[in-house]
Amino acid sequence: MTDTNEHQEHAPQVSTAKLNPVAKFVRATELDTRMLGMVGALILIWLGFHFYGVFFKGGGVFLTPRNLWNLSVQTAVTGIMATGMVLVIVTRNIDLSVGSIVGFTGMIMGVLQVNILPQYLGLGHPAIWVITVIVGILLGGLIGCLQGWLTAYLAIPAFIVTLGGMLIWRGAAFLVADGKTIAPVDQNFALLGGGPYGAIGSTGSWIVGLLGCAVVLLLMYRGRMNRMKHDFRLRPLWAEATVAGLACGVLIAAVLVVDAYPWPIGIVKAYAEAHNISTPPSELFISHGFAIPVLILAAVGIGMTILMTRTRFGRYVFAIGGNPEAAALSGIDTRMMTVKIFALMGMLAGLAAVVASARLTSATNALGDLEELYVIASAVIGGTSLAGGVGTIYGAIIGTMVIQSLQTGMVLIGYGDGSYRKIVVGLALVLAVYLDIIYRKKTN
Amino acid sequence: MSKSGTPLVEMRDISIAFGGIKAVDHVSIDLYPGEVVGLLGHNGAGKSTLIKCLSGAYQADAGEIYVNGEKAEISNPRDARSYNIETIYQTLALADNLNAASNLFLGREIVGPGGFLDDSAMEAETRKILARLNPNFRKFDVPVSALSGGQRQSVAIARAVYFNAKILIMDEPTAALGPQETQMVAELIAELKKQGIGIFLIEHDIHAVMDLCDRAVVMKNGQRVGTVNVNEVTDEDILGMIIMGKKPENAV
Repeated sequence: MTDTNEHQEHAPQVSTAKLNPVAKFVRATELDTRMLGMVGALILIWLGFHFYGVFFKGGGVFLTPRNLWNLSVQTAVTGIMATGMVLVIVTRNIDLSVGSIVGFTGMIMGVLQVNILPQYLGLGHPAIWVITVIVGILLGGLIGCLQGWLTAYLAIPAFIVTLGGMLIWRGAAFLVADGKTIAPVDQNFALLGGGPYGAIGSTGSWIVGLLGCAVVLLLMYRGRMNRMKHDFRLRPLWAEATVAGLACGVLIAAVLVVDAYPWPIGIVKAYAEAHNISTPPSELFISHGFAIPVLILAAVGIGMTILMTRTRFGRYVFAIGGNPEAAALSGIDTRMMTVKIFALMGMLAGLAAVVASARLTSATNALGDLEELYVIASAVIGGTSLAGGVGTIYGAIIGTMVIQSLQTGMVLIGYGDGSYRKIVVGLALVLAVYLDIIYRKKTN
Repeated sequence: MSKSGTPLVEMRDISIAFGGIKAVDHVSIDLYPGEVVGLLGHNGAGKSTLIKCLSGAYQADAGEIYVNGEKAEISNPRDARSYNIETIYQTLALADNLNAASNLFLGREIVGPGGFLDDSAMEAETRKILARLNPNFRKFDVPVSALSGGQRQSVAIARAVYFNAKILIMDEPTAALGPQETQMVAELIAELKKQGIGIFLIEHDIHAVMDLCDRAVVMKNGQRVGTVNVNEVTDEDILGMIIMGKKPENAV
């Protein structure tokens, strides 16, 4: 309460002068150094696989629009769930059942849209996909609710509840259609899984990209105004400009990449015939643009980030993770929070099931098998601490990209055998957590 | 301090048991505006348990609580806060991973339009109140885990006094503090007294009780040994009550 800690307060000011340019840059821009580290690791992985291809395989294929576009789609399913797993792990719980929830809700949605709804609405009715998606998300939420309730109110450890859930929902997924594969899914529903038609094209991508830039600039401007209003310390203008430039640069680069990946010639031919386009298909260049599942992931990521950083709910998630007792003494209903968090996780698993089954254009009872492990690994690689209280949504998404990049990269350099991929992802997980421990020791 | 009129708080005949052990056994205490009442006793005497019934952390098995003469229903910490009862816990009850402002407003966040947290407003308010309590406090943008014991205590105290507490419960507020910081807490208690706030002070240190309190309630084995006016007894008297469980002759 008094000046016993004065030396600590002055310490940072003294050391600022001695900082090297990189540290000065990081301090001025207030960028999260952990995030920079993860992005750096991701770029290294990308370059590594690409140049391995260049030197040993007669051509790098990793850093091509086609591969990066596919990578973005593959990230969607795991990424959507990883954002929810952050909340679960931050509050010192775990959810092992998400892969099985994907399987079960996927099967229910498959039966609903293939066997049931067309009877009443007619095949291809535009309401089919809407009803199916809502049912899938609600069903996932309901399962999450139940598991959260068992954890919070009956005090059964989440590990056990969701381990049971993992077996139960996987078994239930089989029973829904006696293990049969349900195909093909509704044609509108299938767009949610990506593919040439399930992407928004060049114009749409530019609109999304530029809108994103505008939002970034607006948020930064409002943040600065807010700091001014309360007389808080401002970031130097050059730092603001750099951050804005980086954010918008990444967005525009993403647009350029997805626009550089054209539709395959077969699809272009069919499209040209259907629309009476006279230009020969070989001269048509129709861009994919952002895939719909990627936009879903982006929307989920933004929504979850707002939830975690700008709302009471998110603040309570962190408080419970940091000190459950203190949270309860502050009047937070920690048990109800646990139910809500698991319900949210279940809803995201339902949404992930939408994307996963749409991508396969079929529902199988193996959908989402072992996915829970990749979801947890993504969150943890992304900096979510199993001790609770620490984690970010963007970290989890970058974590998913790291895992997907390793898997894809292994395939591209000729180690596509599943066993090699598992070994590499396993090693990466342990290494990432080890690096995180070192990082936290040094920064504290 | 006058003991006339309605007490700020009255806990009547409170009992609470955990698995057959009577942690608090038919205890009554009261507190008047501008008064500091010390709660003394060995570890396990039941003083913290008794006071947790008032702060809403526990619910008494039997007995009643009156605030300003009216019966109060306190079944959780939120209820206690609605009666302007604020608690500074011995453990401080801070979420270590959150910064000072987030802890200060935990459960009572300032929200702007759309229900979104107004972090800048909360930080500005936190800066104001901490400037009063601890002018050297500057670490507003780090988790409280990075703060010293005294700084953490400042945050816990700021949280209790910011929301217009009328009844303040302090559970060994100086246990983890150095001499200078302890002095700071003593000055704060004197200032809060002047504002008419009633304070329950749970203390182990008899000298602190003699210095800070108007009355002292001594507990042993879940029961109240007695209540004394501090200026009418010696520290030996109180020590005798704590150890022997006997009331001195000149006690009220």
